[in-house]
Amino acid sequence: MASSKGWTWFYRLGSPRWFYETTGRWLPWLGAVTLLLISIGLVWGLGFAPQDAKQGNSFRIIYLHVPVSFLALAGYYLMAIAGAIGLVWRMKLSYVVMKSAAPIGAALTFLALFTGAIWGKPTWGTYWVWDARITSMLILLFLYLGVLALQYAFHSQEAGSKAGAILALVGTINIPIIYKSVDWWYTLHQPATIKLTSAPSMHPDMFQPLLVMIAALYCFYALALILFTRAEILRRERDATWVRDLALQAESSRENE
Amino acid sequence: MHPIRKQRLQMVILLVVAASAIVGLMMYMIGQNANYFYTPWQITNGEAPQSVNIRAGGMVVDNSVVRSPDSLDVRFKVTDGRAVLEVHYGGILPDLFAEGEAAIASGQLDQNLVLQATEVLAKHDENYTPPEVAEAMNQAHQQKQREELAQ
Repeated sequence: MASSKGWTWFYRLGSPRWFYETTGRWLPWLGAVTLLLISIGLVWGLGFAPQDAKQGNSFRIIYLHVPVSFLALAGYYLMAIAGAIGLVWRMKLSYVVMKSAAPIGAALTFLALFTGAIWGKPTWGTYWVWDARITSMLILLFLYLGVLALQYAFHSQEAGSKAGAILALVGTINIPIIYKSVDWWYTLHQPATIKLTSAPSMHPDMFQPLLVMIAALYCFYALALILFTRAEILRRERDATWVRDLALQAESSRENE
Repeated sequence: MHPIRKQRLQMVILLVVAASAIVGLMMYMIGQNANYFYTPWQITNGEAPQSVNIRAGGMVVDNSVVRSPDSLDVRFKVTDGRAVLEVHYGGILPDLFAEGEAAIASGQLDQNLVLQATEVLAKHDENYTPPEVAEAMNQAHQQKQREELAQ
C-alpha cells in the first residue's frame, strides 16, 4: 500500500529504542544550551534590567513567573496530544511521553502559582485571591495531578494510560480559559503583557531578558521531558534485550575503572 | 489511515468537542457574576445586594483619599467612569494603592451605598516601564497639556 509507506517515519518515531538512542546524542548539547540561556536570562533580568517605575524591584519575579506559566500551559497541550496519539495509534512511546509530561507540568504550575503569590503580596496586598486566572491555574494543577494519579490507579499500565489520556484531553478546555480569563472576567490579575497581535506593553530593556528566559524555559522543558521519558523507557523496556545490553555495558565499564 | 485508527481519532475529537461544549455552556450560564464583582455604576443603580459580601472596584479618584489623623481609617472614592462609589476601610493599604490607579475592595454596602471594606487590593496594569522612561513620558504629557492650554 502506497499510503502506509508515508507513515513509516511516524512509526519509527514511536520506537522507544530509537528515541533513547537519538536523544542520548542530543542531551549534552541541550543541557549546555539550557544552562547558558538560564544564566544569561537570570543575570540580565535580575541584575541589569531597569526596575519598574511603579513596582520597583518586585516586578523582577516576572522573569520566572511568566516563562514558567508559559510552559505550564504549553506542556499541557503536549501531554494531551501525546495522550491522543496513544489513544488513536496505540503507540508505546506516546503514553510514556504523556506520563513524563504530567509531573513536569505539575511542578511548573505549582511554581507559577507560588511565584505569583510572592509577587501578589507586595503589589496587590494579598498572597491569594479567588479570581478567575488564579482559580483556573489551580484547576490546571489538579488536572496534572489527576493525570499522574490515574497512571497508578489501574492494575494494568494500558488501562491507566487510556484513562490518563482521556482526562488530559477533557482538560484541554481549561487552557484557553486560563489564557482568556483576564479578558473575559474582571480579574485582579492584569491582562497579558505579551500579545499575539500587537507589540508587548513592556520597555525593550525589560522585554529582551524576558524573551531569553522564555527560550531558556522551553529548552529546560525539552531537557526535563527527555530525561523523564528516557528513565520511563528503561523502566518499561527492562526485559528487552537492548536494555539488558546497555546495563551489561555500563556494568563492565564500571568494573574496568 | 487505517479505518479503526480513523474511528478512534474521531472519538478523540468528539470527546474534546463535547467536553468543550459542556464547559462552555456552564461558563455562559455562570456569566459575569462568577466573581461577585460590581462596578460603581451597578451599585448606584441598586443592582448590588446590601449586607452581603461583594467585591467592587475601579480607578481611585484623584484627591479623594482622606486618611484619619489618629487611626488607620481611610476613605476614598473609586469610579468606573460613569459613577462614583465611596469606600471606607480600616486597614493597611497595599504599596501600589494610589490615586489614579485601580483598586478592588471587598466588603458590605451600607444603607447610604457606602462600601464598608474589609479588604482593599491594588490592581496593577500590564505595562512595565523603567522609572526614567516613565518620568520622561510624564513630562512630555504635562508639556502637551500646557501647550493645549496655551492655545
